[in-house]
Amino acid sequence: MDRFANLRDEINSLFEGPFWSNTMRTPQLFSGWTPPLDLYQTNDDVVAVVELPGMRKEDIEISLHDGMLTISGERKDETPEGDKTARTERFVGNFRRSISLPTRVDVNKVNATYKEGILTVTLPKAEEVKPKQIQLNVS
Amino acid sequence: MDTMVRENRTENAVNGNGNNQQPQERFVAPMATVLENGDGYTLQVEMPGVNKEGLEMWVENNELTIIGRRSLPTVQGNLIHREMRRDNFRRAFELDPSIDAAKISAKIEHGVVTLTLPKAEQVKPRKITVS
Repeated sequence: MDRFANLRDEINSLFEGPFWSNTMRTPQLFSGWTPPLDLYQTNDDVVAVVELPGMRKEDIEISLHDGMLTISGERKDETPEGDKTARTERFVGNFRRSISLPTRVDVNKVNATYKEGILTVTLPKAEEVKPKQIQLNVS
Repeated sequence: MDTMVRENRTENAVNGNGNNQQPQERFVAPMATVLENGDGYTLQVEMPGVNKEGLEMWVENNELTIIGRRSLPTVQGNLIHREMRRDNFRRAFELDPSIDAAKISAKIEHGVVTLTLPKAEQVKPRKITVS
């Protein structure tokens, strides 16, 4: 049972009373937007996968600094003018996620794809940290 | 105006328990935003990792159910940090009687399902001109 979703609805409904203005009842003011991030390590790459539904590609920023991968951006409020919000759960605004990478990567070969609201960042490991097979000539 | 697209909580809770379901399938409730204007409602549901093929929606007894099955990227390697859930999405909404269910349309883009739920012609606000 998805207790948390129900709890979230309960909490949200608290803010739907007449005492709360439109801006006060948006839940992101209290919790912020923290998109879930997974990190994988393969032989050749470090791969970060982030849930970022409903973004524009150009609003996603990826940077690398001191072995730290940072993914940030902004989701703009695209509510058409004249529309009222009857329920708001989706986050609008800025997010920033940083994660330290387990190994050194080649900054020049980083590749990112954005598909179906999922961002996948592939960071090839630096040559010197890739596992190498050493041939032993046993005589 | 106190009418809107309401979430059907009882149905969501019952299904979340899965006790009367055959093979149990786990679902999480996706985040949703409901907008309203004179012409109708717009429902935005976040389903990252779901494409058109994974989307299933139907209206029954004035209730809209949306299921999104995810096709997440598979990475061959060791998962060293995990925050994402793998569960598929499901959520049900009770439709306001003013909605014309036959005219509901949907699209999915970047993992967000947008449903347009127009109000029936007779309930739309109409300006009356004095002759």
